[in-house]
Amino acid sequence: MNPTRLLPLLVRAAGFAVLASLGLANEGPSDVKGLVVLPPDVVNLPVEQAILTAPPHVPPPITRTYSARVVVNLEVREVVGRLADGVEYTFWTYGGSVPGSFIRIREGDVVEFHLNNHPSSKLPHNIDLHAVNGSGGGATSSFTAPGHSSQFTFQALNPGLFVYHCATAPVPMHIGNGMYGLILVEPKGGLPKVDREYYVMQGEFYTTGKYGEEGMQSFDMAKAIDERPPYIVFNGAVGSLVGDKAMTAQAGEHVRIYFGVGGPNLTSSLHVIGEIFDKVYPEGGLSLVNHNVQTTLVPSGGAAVVEFQVNVPGTYVLVDHSLTRAFNKGALGMLKATGPENRVIYSGKEIDAVYLGSQADAGSAAARREAELKAKIAAEIKSNPAIASLTKEAQIEKGKQVYMGLCFACHQPDGNGLPKIFPPLAKSDFLLADRDRAIRIVLKGLVGPVTVNGVTFDSAMPPQEAALTDQQVADVLTYVFNTWGNKGEAFNADQVKALRNQTH
Amino acid sequence: MHLRKVIALPRLFAAVLAATAALYGAVDTAGMRTIPAGAYAPLVRPAKDAAQVPVAAFLLDACPVTNAEFLAFVTANPKWRRSQVSRLFADESYLGRWADDLTPGPRTPADAPVVDVSWFAARAYARWAGKRLPTTAEWELAAAAGYDQPDGRNEEATRRDLYAWLARPVPAVLPAAGSLRPDFHGVRGLHGLVWEWVDDFNSALVTGESRADAGLERDLFCGAGTVGARDPSDYAAFMRQALRSSLQASNTTTSLGFRCAKSLP
Repeated sequence: MNPTRLLPLLVRAAGFAVLASLGLANEGPSDVKGLVVLPPDVVNLPVEQAILTAPPHVPPPITRTYSARVVVNLEVREVVGRLADGVEYTFWTYGGSVPGSFIRIREGDVVEFHLNNHPSSKLPHNIDLHAVNGSGGGATSSFTAPGHSSQFTFQALNPGLFVYHCATAPVPMHIGNGMYGLILVEPKGGLPKVDREYYVMQGEFYTTGKYGEEGMQSFDMAKAIDERPPYIVFNGAVGSLVGDKAMTAQAGEHVRIYFGVGGPNLTSSLHVIGEIFDKVYPEGGLSLVNHNVQTTLVPSGGAAVVEFQVNVPGTYVLVDHSLTRAFNKGALGMLKATGPENRVIYSGKEIDAVYLGSQADAGSAAARREAELKAKIAAEIKSNPAIASLTKEAQIEKGKQVYMGLCFACHQPDGNGLPKIFPPLAKSDFLLADRDRAIRIVLKGLVGPVTVNGVTFDSAMPPQEAALTDQQVADVLTYVFNTWGNKGEAFNADQVKALRNQTH
Repeated sequence: MHLRKVIALPRLFAAVLAATAALYGAVDTAGMRTIPAGAYAPLVRPAKDAAQVPVAAFLLDACPVTNAEFLAFVTANPKWRRSQVSRLFADESYLGRWADDLTPGPRTPADAPVVDVSWFAARAYARWAGKRLPTTAEWELAAAAGYDQPDGRNEEATRRDLYAWLARPVPAVLPAAGSLRPDFHGVRGLHGLVWEWVDDFNSALVTGESRADAGLERDLFCGAGTVGARDPSDYAAFMRQALRSSLQASNTTTSLGFRCAKSLP
């Protein structure tokens, strides 16, 4: 510490000692700056109280077309609540819920923010709103002791869906106990009208007990540091969006979900089973729209807006598609849609029939159906050159793998064999003259002299019928018959099977 | 003459209460314990400051100050009664859950730690009692003790009890000041009962992060809070630091009390 820096500190320290010994007030580390003097055009804005809602509800869309001075009163409370059935947890909340109250304002609004820390709170808290341009996102101006209230004002410059959270050390614990929520800054033109809007946030809980362990659970610091949460949930509890508490809609309606991730650590792969997001406003920015999205990635401390039309009735399950989280840790919610079915869009189960596959007895009805189906598919493929060539391509690719694993050692990667020892396959008159013989040689091997392209070879090829399946034999021959200048039709497994079963 | 009697009565009452408090037999709430000399490693410090601050041996109250003890103080010092205290020295919720000026009442039992007191009040009490408030270094050195060793910060049982307490909301009625298990030094309730004032609670102004003169709390936000921190995994220390940083000397809260210290001769 250099002297010029030390001096004012010493003066302050000495001053403090003097004041304290006199019993006078040095009021502690106060950074209160007094009320901001707002320009007349701001002072004259109409004043309104923000409507705050608990999840999964969202305040109504803003209909005014002008800026306002919006007063937000948010209360911090430390409350015991249900994390799962039989499992209790002390949540630290904004407004009594996890996630905290949803705040909805309009681009250009001037927000007078009051953070009130309930007297029963054990700890000081603050708020960092990602919608704020300014030091700490409001955190430096809202650090509030239990039983106190702080006020600061900011202007909402950027439209978007933003996370807010407590930023008091140790931050992972404050967020890990539920201190996060969303603030929507609607663009001046508003958002397109939808039928329903919902509010969902994902967060992890690092409990001392494992998932489902009953009783009052404490925050586990070691698990938090290792990022091993027993719970990953939507809206602060296992089952907060299922059964009676599920979100609802009518078939045909357009649903918008404001989705955020509080974290403190994990990213969400948000997916709704059985729906496709018609629109995603990725990362909560409201100017870019992506269409027809199955799963959208939402970072910790980030948000996204998703919209979909519920086409047919049913229960649509909201998950983090990192599925252990949904299956074992609670990241699962539901949207129940009622209304008339539309069987053209989704038929529901049409038929339930016995299927035996290759287990079907020869000559039975099931076997006949199976054979008919296969024949139909084969005919379909054959009559469609595009599909046929695709199939052949795939076979050549697979056959190459077989060849390079088994055949290349003798016949060589270039198919030319080795002079006087192993005959060539490339442009081999012997090979190309008889397809069935080729299959038979692969299956059963070949011993004794053969003449290939006018040269006589006298060695032995071992049988491969134990090493290769019918399909693999077909594939490798399709490869050999279509490489190194060879040209031929694809082989199929049935041809191989027929010859495999022949005995000489 | 008549007036003197009126004053004498509450004094007598207070004396009886104090005596009762002293008689909490085995617990010995009135006693002090010796904390041997040691070193305190500040949670956050400017890079050029020493990592360890030496702390001389001192005496520390075995238990936090109780409502009964504080009643004796306000009885003897009318200017610290709820109705008479200056707003400069204590905010509106000072002793807010006492029934009246000289009656703690059912929500604040005589043997429970006194809360809703300001730093000024705590300091005045200590002087009245012939003691002083511990410094942050002293308090933290004492509070590093576990049940079985002088540095118990990694002791399983100590950690478990500490974090279990942090996880619970403030109870409507606090338990007795001497109700918790004594630590290695025979001191009770440094963790698990109430937060406690320290003499230099706002030392953030002096020894805090030197980048910003405006105070330590600025640097406690978000991930930045760990810049220069001794041990970013000591969450409980961060919480105490955050609490102290959030306070002003006239503030009172429902979970903030104090205990006294004394230098050894």
